[in-house]
Amino acid sequence: MSTSHQSTSASGRRIQFAFTDEQDQFRSAVRRFLNDKSPTTEVRRLMATAEGYDPAVWRQLSEDLALPGIHIPEQYGGAGFGMVELCIVTEELGRALLCAPYFSSAVLAANAILSAGTEMQKSALLPEIAKGARIATLAITEPDGNWDPAAIKVVATPDSDGYRLDGVKSFVVDGHVADLLVVAARAGKTTGLEGLALFTLDANAGGVERRLLESMDPTRKVARIDFRGAHANLLGSLDNGAEPILRTLDRAAIALANEMVGGAQALLDSAVNYAKLRVQFGRTIGSFQAIKHKLADMLLDLELAKSAAYYAAQAVAAGDPEWPALASLAKAAASETYLHTAAECIQIHGGIGFTWDNDTHLWFKRAKSSEVFLGQPSYHRELLMQRWGVER
Amino acid sequence: MSTVSDAEVRSEVREWLAANWDPDMSLLEWRIKLADSGWGMPQWPKEWYGRGLSHALARVVEEEFANVGAVRAANSGVRLLAAATLLEHGSDQQKKKFLRRILTGEDTWCQFFSEPGSGSDLAGATTRADLKGDFWIVNGQKVWTTSAHHADHGLLLARTDWDAPKHEGLSYFVINLKQPGVDVQPLKQMNGHASFNQVFFTDAKVPKENLVGRVGEGWKVAMTTLAHERRGADGLPAPSKRGTRVGKIHAEERAETEKANQPYTWYPQRAGRVDLIIDRAKETGANKDPYIRQEIARLMTLAKSAEWTARRARAAQQQGRPQGPEGSLGKLAASHVARACSRVHTLITGTDAMLTGRESPREGIIAEILVSVPAVSIAGGTDEIQRNIIAERVLELPKEPRFDTGPFRNVRKN
Repeated sequence: MSTSHQSTSASGRRIQFAFTDEQDQFRSAVRRFLNDKSPTTEVRRLMATAEGYDPAVWRQLSEDLALPGIHIPEQYGGAGFGMVELCIVTEELGRALLCAPYFSSAVLAANAILSAGTEMQKSALLPEIAKGARIATLAITEPDGNWDPAAIKVVATPDSDGYRLDGVKSFVVDGHVADLLVVAARAGKTTGLEGLALFTLDANAGGVERRLLESMDPTRKVARIDFRGAHANLLGSLDNGAEPILRTLDRAAIALANEMVGGAQALLDSAVNYAKLRVQFGRTIGSFQAIKHKLADMLLDLELAKSAAYYAAQAVAAGDPEWPALASLAKAAASETYLHTAAECIQIHGGIGFTWDNDTHLWFKRAKSSEVFLGQPSYHRELLMQRWGVER
Repeated sequence: MSTVSDAEVRSEVREWLAANWDPDMSLLEWRIKLADSGWGMPQWPKEWYGRGLSHALARVVEEEFANVGAVRAANSGVRLLAAATLLEHGSDQQKKKFLRRILTGEDTWCQFFSEPGSGSDLAGATTRADLKGDFWIVNGQKVWTTSAHHADHGLLLARTDWDAPKHEGLSYFVINLKQPGVDVQPLKQMNGHASFNQVFFTDAKVPKENLVGRVGEGWKVAMTTLAHERRGADGLPAPSKRGTRVGKIHAEERAETEKANQPYTWYPQRAGRVDLIIDRAKETGANKDPYIRQEIARLMTLAKSAEWTARRARAAQQQGRPQGPEGSLGKLAASHVARACSRVHTLITGTDAMLTGRESPREGIIAEILVSVPAVSIAGGTDEIQRNIIAERVLELPKEPRFDTGPFRNVRKN
């Protein structure tokens, strides 16, 4: 059997360049579900609600397809798959623009708990998240919008039976509907990556005030959360607490990159279909080279971004120690591709593409929010250079 | 044939090599043995210098040759494209006349397809061949011909019928270059190299029996040549592992390889040399510049993504899956990488980019990158043609209206 379609990572495991038949079947099942449950009429209906999701669809997605726990080990109530399967889910969710607290609960919070939690905490917290019975989210960024954990200001002060949190978090995805908050905070009088740790608390606990922010992308709702002496538990340990925060953000960046290429694929499909239908000057506009070449470039751009997103996910699965650098690479690539694809999709649609009734703006807004969510492309390119050891 | 096993082939070729391989033989002497035994091209038909083996079994033969360090049949340049075309479309007489000397390396070949007036539109060729008695008389000009200055034969696409539609008036010939009507001139490129030639035909003669396929089927035959060219590679021959082997035959082969590769010395520079970027940035201190750091990261992201896209395409192919869009994108992606490299090399190099030759960093390599990259988006199909192919074949967008139908005589041309 030939193995040259794989490359060996430093850990000795192989990085796969093709999905397995099982993974393809899994993707088809997720896609069928979303085609059925998340047509744009539903996206439009849900994005206009305060909650932003349909609890019945969330229950089906959790109970019938087991998606929130797809990457959670079986011992914690998950399906026991890995990063590649998680990214197949996010790619499909991005394509369908599903309105649901998946990224917050399954990607951000579950990975934070997996990275930082003690055995007992994982056993206590993850099964409910895997079942979709409890929605969790992760609060890292503060009103300054900085994704570098070194900029965290929220302070955790030890008290008799845990910690008290003080400060403000912002851009907390689904923070308005979450049941459980995972919060990154620091010990008093520490700076940089020193003194950081993760904490958990009930979202309805005293001293927690949540406010839904008016967001450009109504399909991804974000909240500001004020902590005034809110009681919280330490997740894991205080030693080297920055590490699980960084690795959670890196995994999330990879999942987001895959979500973005899924969205970009939906936009490209829409642009190609429209170019085949729309007639001007007595010909379909798709027969003009100006449009054909634009679409060919969009396809190339998208396939390149897909390759980066897939490779980064496979690198995590293969245990390649380079994976955090690849997370930044994939995030930067997908961010620019998604937004560019969205802008070009509007351009190919012409005037109709700028109307509210046309669906393109739904993805455009997701592209815009994803571009800066978890860090702008320029931030990730600089991280990439540092992670590759190119000194400043 | 189908009953031959892996082990049988392996033991047979081992035995034959033990009895025949001798590195002190002359290269020609050895290659004659290869051609006559069929071990030089085991996947070719038995009646034509091969052994009729499957590609998988041919690889077994290749492994055994590599194990003892035995030299293979001649395979550089256009000769194998010529052979593949003749095997598929040539007459028995042509196969007998040409194939053996292709394998022994006695004859060198070149390809006369592109013309000054037909680059992207290859079927618009206007070099003409007119039948007079037993000879086709050829007049016209071909261009971008690698190795024409030392080739013996050329694969020629010429127009034989001006009243037929464009693609139906072409015929395919083997033309002997060693004749007075063929004038080969080097074509100097903007980077100073002369890897190609332009070739002028003035009443050059092709004997009737050198027509390949039928009159008017030249386009179909040329498609075979081009399909093998595309399958073949990206231009560069595989790196030789025989560099240090001792023996008369190895020395002769090295000289042959060097001659064959001479036109390609600048090809790595043409592709942009992404491999030099990080070292060069550290060398010049450009790694401290936040803007240049961004541009380097952007370039490396593009280059890595292009590489992984090619790996995805190969993986899909190896698993026998239908080819996805990623398979048609390599050429266009390579263009983007090369152009981005050229830009970032300039950012890193700064004012030194005004210099060339030995004055330029890395003994002139940087300057050579900057003046060679413009070839990438043209050679082997321009970016614009690639985009048409991607748009029409992958995205299934409609073709543009055409203006070159009807008798070729009436079609507007250069």
